Formats: sequence, structure tokens, C-alpha cells
Amino acid sequence: MRLPAAVAKRMGYALVLLFAVLVLNFTLLYLAPGDAAETIAGEAGGASPEMLAKIRKDYGLDLPFHDQLYLYLAKIVQGDFGHSFYFDQPVTTVIFENLAPTLLLVVSSLLIAISFGTFLGVFAARRPNGLLSQIITVLALLGYALPVFWTGIMLVILFASLIPLFPTSGMDAGPLGASGFDYVWEVLHHLALPVLTLSTIYLAFYSRLSRASMMDVLGADYIRTARAKGLNERVVVFKHALRNAVLPVVTFAGLQFGALFSGAVLVETVFSWPGLGTLAFDSILRRDTPTLLGILFFSALIVIVANLLTDLAYRLVDPRIKTAGKT
Amino acid sequence: MTGPAVPAEEPVVIEVERPWREAWRMFRRNTAAVAGLVTLSLIVLVTVLGPFVYPVDPFAPTGPLLLPPGEQGFLLGTDQQGRDLVVGLLYGSQSTLMVGAAAAAITITIGILFGALAGFYRGWVEEVLMRITEFFQVLPPLLLAMVVVLLFSPSIYSISIAIGVVSWPATARLVRAEFLRLRELDFVKAERAIGARNVRIIWTIILPNAAPPLIVSAALSVGIAILFEAGLAFLQLSDPNVMSWGYLISVNRPQILEAWWPVTFPGLAIFITVLSVSLIGDGLNDAFNPKLRER
Repeated sequence: MRLPAAVAKRMGYALVLLFAVLVLNFTLLYLAPGDAAETIAGEAGGASPEMLAKIRKDYGLDLPFHDQLYLYLAKIVQGDFGHSFYFDQPVTTVIFENLAPTLLLVVSSLLIAISFGTFLGVFAARRPNGLLSQIITVLALLGYALPVFWTGIMLVILFASLIPLFPTSGMDAGPLGASGFDYVWEVLHHLALPVLTLSTIYLAFYSRLSRASMMDVLGADYIRTARAKGLNERVVVFKHALRNAVLPVVTFAGLQFGALFSGAVLVETVFSWPGLGTLAFDSILRRDTPTLLGILFFSALIVIVANLLTDLAYRLVDPRIKTAGKT
Repeated sequence: MTGPAVPAEEPVVIEVERPWREAWRMFRRNTAAVAGLVTLSLIVLVTVLGPFVYPVDPFAPTGPLLLPPGEQGFLLGTDQQGRDLVVGLLYGSQSTLMVGAAAAAITITIGILFGALAGFYRGWVEEVLMRITEFFQVLPPLLLAMVVVLLFSPSIYSISIAIGVVSWPATARLVRAEFLRLRELDFVKAERAIGARNVRIIWTIILPNAAPPLIVSAALSVGIAILFEAGLAFLQLSDPNVMSWGYLISVNRPQILEAWWPVTFPGLAIFITVLSVSLIGDGLNDAFNPKLRER
């Protein structure tokens, strides 16, 4: 019954974290060599030192750090994350257009990695030295050591020329493509290779994690009791053991969301998937700092929301937790 | 006073020495770990000696564009600017290894500082330090590194610092957990009872005992830093004056459908390097663990 209070506390903390991200963003901008005045002047085709001084005064760039920070935060509160000079649009507009494809990629990769990984881990746990366990160990090693962007490029080479089963670039067939259900199918078809690339790394991780966790749980007393009662093995494994073994998997799913986002930046760039990662790469090429900082803020926001959801999921899975536990 | 002190010190020395020697014996028996160590040593050797044996400008074109491997004496072929890929791989490892080592050193230093102080002092110190750690875990590491490197312009230094600054939270958590465990053990309590200062307890009593898991995590940090460096270079955030494997992949990506080799070989080099580091890490982990069980 204390659930709402605990959730409210977590949400208040999430707001503090978001505020900290903004302060960090501004501090980095402030510390970086060169300033916005030069960028603005550069856009206008260069300016004299007097012009630069005037621009600095107009934009408040000559004010002390805390005053500039206040101005920056005041703008953010009004929803103004700056202007993307390249797109000639507010940063928020550009980011919102690219948000959905990234979420689609990241969430489906995570779900596939978790469900398939847990499934493999459960079976591997029953034979700790069996073939499946060894395959998982090798997979985990590959998942750690292979550069994800390089794996993606190898898949592009493979599927673009040798086995043209899946499209290797973009999210749909363009404006002349299908609509309705056909469009959904088209997007899923394009999604296949990016998701395969991104989920494989985490697939190995989750199968290793759930295998270890499952082996732990299978040695517990209540499992022996359940078996002694004469319960059927499938019920013991999937109903008694799995429910407990899945807890660390849930914990890590939340913790890893940030890392997953990092992988998504590289995978999106390889497959020209029109999400935040490709946008981040384009922002680098165009030195579009406001857009890149906006992407950092919104991906932190998504990670924070994902952590809140994980917290809730944890409460659903594990009824023993009643108050907000510190991790 | 010196007379009785000598026999009292001797068993202490043996206890400190033996686990490390045992770990080394365990490590040597692990074929995969030894293979990793040999491979990494070879890579380091080639990186250090390569420029002396083969002093050329790695950015200078020396042959026709996109020549397939093995033709006209180019063992691995040339890239889209006519550069010998053997030279590219030879010089590219410098940036990879340097950034990998420097970034891992920064990761470990910040991680130890945060984890040790949080785990030792507990209370408000722990609260503040762990909140900062959580804050850094909310930021997608690669994106934060991209922002830092873009704002401070790409160089070996900005890249190493950026990677170090985004990767330390995991180390800090590990060190904190070790400190929380060790600070309650008898030998630490004994130090406190004889009035040892906190600084001494942290650095000379607890930290050396937390070394085994830290060494394993350091090995993993090097691997992750190498992948980060390659990823940043792939996103065109590499030092323009230093050849790197990620840079080679990045510039040759537009031609992958005509020429697979300029992208494939540098990627394989990254993979083999990180794989050896990871095998060493796994070997160390296995070597240290039986010791933990004995205690």
C-alpha cells in the first residue's frame, strides 16, 4: 500500500537527475573552446571583432557562469532546446521526428535478447557443462569482443550482395512504398538486420546471466522441496525456479538501457536507420552541437523512464519488495 | 626489538606471496588465457617495433586505389585512397592501445576513488558519491563521449579522457562492494584497534585485498575502452593526425560493396585484440577465484 509514495519519491529523484543532465550539458558547452558567438558569426559568413562582441552581449555570452546557466535553464523550461542550424528547425522538432524509430529498435532488441536469452539460459542451467552452456560461453565472448558496428557492416556485405533476403538500409521503401498492414510488414522487414546486430550482444549476456541465476536457484531448498513433493519437472523449473531466477535479469534490463542506446547509435549509423543515432552521427558531421546535446538529454530521459518502469516491473515480479529499495 | 620482529614478519610475507604465485600457476594452466596473453604481447611488440622497422607515413598513398589483397605485393591490399593496409594496421594499433590503456587507467582511478571513499566512510559520503555514480549511469556512455570529443575537438587526449569519464561507474560499484565486505573483516578491525589512520587502512590494508576482482575489471575496462575508441573513430571522431583501425573502417565504409578488405581486416584486428584482453580477463578471474574459496 506504500507503493504510490515510493513511486512518487522515485519520480522526484528522476526530476533531480534530469536537472543534473541539463547542468552537465551547459557546463560542457561553457568549458568548450570557442563559443556560440563564433558559430553564429560563422553561419552569417564571418564577422569583425566588434560584431562578435555585440553578438556575445545580445546572447548574454559575456555574463558570469551562473547567470548564463539560469538563462539556459529558463529556456529549457519553456521547451526551447535551441535551434538546429542545419535543419533550420527547433532541436525538439528534429528529435521528436527521430524518436520513434530508435525506441522501436532498442525496445525490440532488448525484448528479443531478454526472452530468447532467458530461454537459452534456463535450458543451459540444467546441464552446466553441456553443449548449450559451452555455446553460450563462446557467444558471450564474441558478444563482448566484436565491435558492433563492424558486425553490422559484415551483415550488410553478406545480405546486400550474397543473400539478398533483408534490406540493409533505411526503415521503409520510401514515399512510394506500401501503406497500412503492408507498411508494418515493410518496417519489420527493414528492422530485421539492425535488431539482429544489436540483440546478439545482449542475447549472450542475458543467457549467461539467467544461466548463473537459474543454477543458483535450482540448488535452493524450496526447489528440493518442490521436487520431493513429486511435482513434475516442468512445473518446478518454469513455475518455481524461473520466477525467482528472472529477478536479476529484470534488474540488469534497466541498468543496461543506457548501454543499449550507445549500441543503437552505432547500429543505426551502419544501417541508416532513421533514429536518434543516425541523427547524432549527422550532427557530428555538421558540428550541430545543440542537436547533439538535445539527443543526450532525451536519451537520458528515456533511460530514466526505463529505470522507473523496471522498478515497477520488479515490484510486480517480486512481491517481497514493499518499499523503494536502494540498489 | 629487532630480534623478535623478524620471525614475526616472515609468515606474513609468505601469506602475501603465495596466493599470487598460485594464481599465476592457475593462469598458466588455462590454455585460452595463455593464448590471449601471447597474442596481446605480440600485438604490443609489433606496435612498439613496427614504426622502427617500417618508418613510413601511414596516411600517404603508396599504390593504386582499392587493390585486392595479395596483388602487386600488397599482402592485405590497399584502401580507397591507395594506402597499404599492412601499414594502416601496423600504425593503427598505436592509437588503439594507447587510448585503451589511458582510458582504462582513468576509469580505474576514478572508480577506485569513488568506490573506496563510499564503501569506507559510508553515511553521507557514500550517499553523495553513489548518487553521482547513478547520475553517470543514466547517460548513454557513447553519446556522452561523443559530446565531449566533439566539443573539445578530437585528439588522443580528449578521446582517452572522454572514454575514461563515461566508463568508471561500474568500477566504482565493484570497489564499493569490495570495501563494504572487507571493512568488516577482522584484520581491518585489528588495524583500527591499534589506531591506524583511515588513509593507511584504505590504501595499504583494504585496497590490496580488493586487488583480484579489480585486476579482472581492469582487463575488461581495457577491452571496453578499445571498442569505444574504435566506435568513436567509426563515427568520425578520431585524432586526425593519428592512424587508427576505427578510422580505416570509417573512411572505407562507403565502398564496402566493391571492396570488402579495407573494412574487414581492421575490424578483425580490433576483434582479435579485444578477444585476447577478454581471454586474459577470464583467465585471471578463474585464477583468483579458487583462492577466494579457500578463505
